Amino acid sequence: MNRILSVVLVILLSACASETTKPTDEAGYQPEDASLSAEDKAGGPTLNPLTDPANILSKRSVYFDFDKYLVKDEYKSMVLSHARYLREHSNASVRLEGSADERGSREYNLALGQRRADSVKRVMTLSGTKENQIESISLGEEKPRAVGHNEASWAENRRADIRYQGE
Amino acid sequence: MQICLRRFSCCTFVVFLCLVGTPLHAALNIEIFGGGATQIPIAIVPFADEEKLKQNVSAVVAADLHRSGLFRLVDSSGLVPHDPREIVYPNWQILGADVLVIGSTRMLPNGRVEVRYSLVDVARQELLISDIENVSVKYLRAAAHRIADNIYEKLTGDVGVFSTRIAYVVKQGEKYALQVADADGFNARTAIEYTEPIISLAWSPDGTQIAYVSFENKKPVVHIQTLTTGARKAIAKFKGSNSAPAWSPDGKKLAVVLSIRGGSQIFLINSNGSGLRRFSKSYGIDTEPNFSPDGQSIIFTSDRGGSPQIYRMPVTGGASGVAERLTFDGNYNVSPHYRHDGKSFTFIHRNGTKFNVAVLDLETRQVQLLTDSQFDESPSFAPNGKIILYATEIRGRGILAAVSSDGRTRQRLSTQEGDIREPAWGPLPKLHSKLH
Repeated sequence: MNRILSVVLVILLSACASETTKPTDEAGYQPEDASLSAEDKAGGPTLNPLTDPANILSKRSVYFDFDKYLVKDEYKSMVLSHARYLREHSNASVRLEGSADERGSREYNLALGQRRADSVKRVMTLSGTKENQIESISLGEEKPRAVGHNEASWAENRRADIRYQGE
Repeated sequence: MQICLRRFSCCTFVVFLCLVGTPLHAALNIEIFGGGATQIPIAIVPFADEEKLKQNVSAVVAADLHRSGLFRLVDSSGLVPHDPREIVYPNWQILGADVLVIGSTRMLPNGRVEVRYSLVDVARQELLISDIENVSVKYLRAAAHRIADNIYEKLTGDVGVFSTRIAYVVKQGEKYALQVADADGFNARTAIEYTEPIISLAWSPDGTQIAYVSFENKKPVVHIQTLTTGARKAIAKFKGSNSAPAWSPDGKKLAVVLSIRGGSQIFLINSNGSGLRRFSKSYGIDTEPNFSPDGQSIIFTSDRGGSPQIYRMPVTGGASGVAERLTFDGNYNVSPHYRHDGKSFTFIHRNGTKFNVAVLDLETRQVQLLTDSQFDESPSFAPNGKIILYATEIRGRGILAAVSSDGRTRQRLSTQEGDIREPAWGPLPKLHSKLH
């Protein structure tokens, strides 16, 4: 029963995760100049693309499978959008924060989180983003977003977050 | 305080040492389970005039010896000799005591206290120890620990660790405190407190400093803090993550894990933060370094073979050195920590869904599992190699636990509130450096 429940939770969670991070064409990232001019024409307030919920750049979390660190396809367009933003804003920089679930050694989990952050970094640098705009670090199991001791919480904590400087 | 311990008993013996603690210093509660196969029956008679002191000496000695699991305390049934000449040996033979501790305390005109004590072999009617401690009142506990160390050493042949200290992290709400306490949980003091996590404590070999990882800069950075002054310094704060400090036995350098060159790899750095050089070179994770006591090699965790296992590499070989794999049972063996003699190391072994404390004998390559709990972490040996201190969980709360190296005696150390984790057992105090 417990196993069924946790499987259901995982499915729910992953469905939720992919829904919140899957890009749509309408909400896809637009270069800032273009979006600015569009807003100027409309006369509306300037929305920060990094925080605008309709913009894919507001999506910041990449989730990983147990003991895995490969960036899954469903997160690639989101990560690449951030990579493009960094290329177009050479004075912007990000910190990629890897995390791991609570099971096992704290230091080994720190290394696992590091590897997840490094994987996201690699997707970015392979697309041409400069390495000096990116710092990948790990929070290991020390800053869990979900504090439960079950598979649903553990899945939520196997993650890498993209944080812009100043955030 | 009455303590009874029956051989092979499954009862839990709770020693509320905190009752005699001062309110200024939070103490740890200590519970003791089981006992050694051959316990020495020992009678410890309350010392003369110690009831006049703020600190009872004989009770501290008794609690120390009891905690080791190697002694069975024999009730003295109202017999109160304080001097060897007052001992009626047949009475103690009837009570079943093999050895007897007696003593007296005396306030001196200068405000100090003189503690005289003797350890006597009952069967041979032989004086094994006769010594005097002369201390200021505030160091009476320290004197009691030294007395327990002397008795332990005389009767077991091993060095006592009752005068050592332990360090650990207490998480309470959003606060993380690095605390240092006596080995019996008393005199707990906060060395530093953050609102960000602290992990991976490592004592300098001389016991004056602790290296640790803090997240106060929103990422892991290795700091060294001097305990007496509180002064601290970031010694590894490179781009990326900085973690897993381990001191070389001479205290001159540390092994740290950095992601500055990609991945998590082991580097060596001088204790003043200079002279960084790479130690390990793999495409996987290399972390949790620990120096051998002779300083010649480092054991560490690596997933270079596909799963986290423990490897050993000579320090002199540098990045070109060949790593030897040491663990083969199971697919998760982490957190290695050498015994003081370098003949074995303790580590965490995943056993099904459990994470347990294990010891690997480097001569026979035999692995012994010592615990059966759910989530054990961060094991380290006491400096005499007889006890392993580790973190575990009980009903979702982090506590510290200790297990004797033969697995027979266990202790639990917990705080009134909060999670306690990341323990590290400090070194032996400098030889004969009595606190005065």
